[in-house]
Amino acid sequence: MMHSIGTEPYIMLSLVLFLMGAMGVLMRRNAILVFMSVELMLNSANLALVAFAQQWQQVNGHVFVFFVMTVAAAEVAVGLALIVNIFRERQSINIDDLQQMHG
Amino acid sequence: MDNLPLLVPLVILAPSLGAIINFFVGAKLGEKWSGYIGCFASIFAFIISLLLLVFVTGTDGSAAVVNPPLVDGWLRIESIGLEIPWQLRVDSLSVTMMLVVTGVGSLIHLYARGYMHGDKLYPRFFAYLNMFLAFMLTLVTANNFLMLFVGWEGVGLCSFLLIGFWWDKKMPEGWKNSNAARKAFIVNRIGDFGLLMAMFLIFWTFGTLDFYKAGELPNTEAKYLVGWREHNGLLDHNGDEATGAGGDKQADDGHGGSYVCVPAEPAAHDAADSGYEAKSDHGANPLASDIRAIYCDNHHFDTEYLGVFGQTQERFGTGENVDFGGFQMAFDDVIFLIALFMLLGVAGKSAQIPLFVWLPDAMAGPTPVSALIHAATMVTAGVYMMVRANVLLWELNHGGYVIGLVITLVGSGTALMAGYIALGQWDIKRVLAYSTISQLGFMVAAVGIGAYVAAMFHLVTHAVFKALLFLGSGSVIHGVEHGHHHAHEHDDDGSHDDQEFDAQDMRNMGGLRKRMPITYITYLLGTLALAGIFPLAGFWSKDEILADAWYEGFQLNALSGFIAFGILLVAAAFTAFYMWRQIVLVFFDEARSEGARQAPESNGAMLLPLVVLAIFTCIIGLINVPKATPIFSSIYESYEFKYFLEHSLLSVSRGHSLDFNLLIAGIALALGIASILVAHNVYKGKGLTPEGGDQLERHASSRAAFRLANARLYWDEVYGKVIEQPFNRLSSFLADRIDWEFLHDYFHDSIIKRGFDSIARLLGQPFDLGIIDGAVNGVAWLVQRLANWMRGMQTGYVRLYAVVIFIGVVAVILLMLLPFIQTMLQSGS
Repeated sequence: MMHSIGTEPYIMLSLVLFLMGAMGVLMRRNAILVFMSVELMLNSANLALVAFAQQWQQVNGHVFVFFVMTVAAAEVAVGLALIVNIFRERQSINIDDLQQMHG
Repeated sequence: MDNLPLLVPLVILAPSLGAIINFFVGAKLGEKWSGYIGCFASIFAFIISLLLLVFVTGTDGSAAVVNPPLVDGWLRIESIGLEIPWQLRVDSLSVTMMLVVTGVGSLIHLYARGYMHGDKLYPRFFAYLNMFLAFMLTLVTANNFLMLFVGWEGVGLCSFLLIGFWWDKKMPEGWKNSNAARKAFIVNRIGDFGLLMAMFLIFWTFGTLDFYKAGELPNTEAKYLVGWREHNGLLDHNGDEATGAGGDKQADDGHGGSYVCVPAEPAAHDAADSGYEAKSDHGANPLASDIRAIYCDNHHFDTEYLGVFGQTQERFGTGENVDFGGFQMAFDDVIFLIALFMLLGVAGKSAQIPLFVWLPDAMAGPTPVSALIHAATMVTAGVYMMVRANVLLWELNHGGYVIGLVITLVGSGTALMAGYIALGQWDIKRVLAYSTISQLGFMVAAVGIGAYVAAMFHLVTHAVFKALLFLGSGSVIHGVEHGHHHAHEHDDDGSHDDQEFDAQDMRNMGGLRKRMPITYITYLLGTLALAGIFPLAGFWSKDEILADAWYEGFQLNALSGFIAFGILLVAAAFTAFYMWRQIVLVFFDEARSEGARQAPESNGAMLLPLVVLAIFTCIIGLINVPKATPIFSSIYESYEFKYFLEHSLLSVSRGHSLDFNLLIAGIALALGIASILVAHNVYKGKGLTPEGGDQLERHASSRAAFRLANARLYWDEVYGKVIEQPFNRLSSFLADRIDWEFLHDYFHDSIIKRGFDSIARLLGQPFDLGIIDGAVNGVAWLVQRLANWMRGMQTGYVRLYAVVIFIGVVAVILLMLLPFIQTMLQSGS
């Protein structure tokens, strides 16, 4: 039974996924990878939401998840378009190169 | 008939309209139509005046007060109780003046069409003339002192404009003209100060400026009113007036017949306001019934609701005081003061000593102006005002005040002085100017001795014959000028003396009798009238003044009478002399210049008024033939003018009525003829002396006298020394020392400028630059430093931002979890 597993493992997994995502965002320089790390963080949050929804037997969590997925999809569309254009502009997607807005 | 006074606003309106039209579109209309409009306006006003004369004579000497529409409630200042309606007065005195002004004025307008022909400002000239008429008629139809003052100032303005009409002539001439205009204006301001002071005192004392209120009778003692009261039982058998309620009742009973006793005035509301109860039976014509008054006296008025003169009659001699807010003054003394101030105003406008000096210079204006304004009408305004104020003067004279003596001294002194100066003048118009001053002196002296009718009579006759003389002199000048131009048209080398030829100088005339016959004959008639030769106008009027003076002096033993009689007799002799000198120098003997030799007779437009005025000069004296005059009295009603004026003048009923005095008339006539003969002997056939001087300069005895007269008794020089020079010195002191050196150099430069500079430096250097700028710059510097520091944080590395956000999120979460952590720590321990 799935009930026997409980909420904790999901949350732990979600935490691991989130930390992996966060590390990715902070450490990778490739914009695509940073982007994928952000997706990872979003999905870890989704996992946590679903897990809590299941624990409390509430539908709110599922609804949130759907919203997050929708927003993430939209974000991907915009973000990838940005990355493609940045690449076309400078033949590189190293985000450390994109620092011309410095003070 | 009763509605006729309602026409009186037209008398003012017509010339006003003429002036407006001529002023704004006159240049477009051209000379012909602009002249027509000017003349038409004047003649129209004359016709209205004639209708008003019909009214005044037709209704037994009625007086009417008319409130014209629109300007009814003219001036009202409620806080001080000042309420002055724009009321026009139609009574025998104002109608007399209207007829003189519009009658002589119309003829002069007609004359001016010829005289001003070709002038580039022709329409403006007629605009000014019409404007003058409008103001003069405002003056004479006024029912209160303020309206009179409006007219008084208005005619002064027109006088100024017209004296200086040729201000733009070649330089010395143009300067002379504009200076003369300014002189007239400024000297008149001194007189106006007097009139203003008199008006202020009148308003303070009486609470009104109205001569007579609507419905009030100017003269309750007139013969026809006394007769009417007798007829209606208003007088008891002793001849005393029955007054009070009984009298009123009887008056009510007596009313109802067809006899219109006294016209009140058409505006009933005014009558109701002023406590006057018009118990009229309302007939078919509301106006006519309003005009009717039942009473033939002013008893139904409360004293404070009477006009100025009615109040004077009631309050004079009662010993009451006038409060001037701080000090009291006896009512009688205030009246005396008013009369003295009024006399100052008269001295200005009517050219009396000491303010006459403007009138001779006023001859710089075109000759029709001299005739209309400075001889016939405006200058008589002062005499008119004093005659209008006869009640004040009468009460003062009979209350022991010396006002009569003062006025007589001023008037007869002026008459003598101006007559003497006229003996020594070369300018044809200047002689007439001094003659005018002299004759005005006669009128003022007549007022001084209480002969108000004689003054008005002389005013009327003088207006006619002096206008005639001025217009005649204009014709002569015109002729000589044209003769001069004609003579030099064919003359190649004649241009050089164009500058010097003076067409008004009698030394350049002579022999004009043959060249200008009509001018000569009319001028001769005017001269004889002025000299007082029987039976022309001047004889009657001058004789009446002399007879009154004689009566005052020798019968009533009044000092003013002696003075007036003695001085005026001498002045009359001077008059005949200088006028005959003028006749001989201008018209007799040989011509003394090319201009006079070729002078043409003037055109018809100029001659017609001369002829008409000459005819009136012959007959106008008959309006006031004394009683018991041989021949005349049997065929002609005597003292007609006097009884005409009686309706307006209280003093006439209270004064005496003199028979024709053969002795006085004989003396005056003999003196006049003798003077003429002497003058004839001195000048006829002799021309000028070889040196170009006057015949009087031949003999040492008369040389000094002539030169003194020629120098005009040094009046102008004395005024120049006594008033002008100190004034100029004072003003140059004020300008150079006070204004320039003190105010500009010291006060302005040293105090204001330097003070301003040091304050500005103080404010500028330490305060503005130090504190204000320092604060602003300091803030900027601070912001810059802060911004520089904060700019360093913006590295542009996205990952760094992400770290910061991450740390922030962790911190926030930790903060949120803090309570749990605390409880966990507490429970753990």
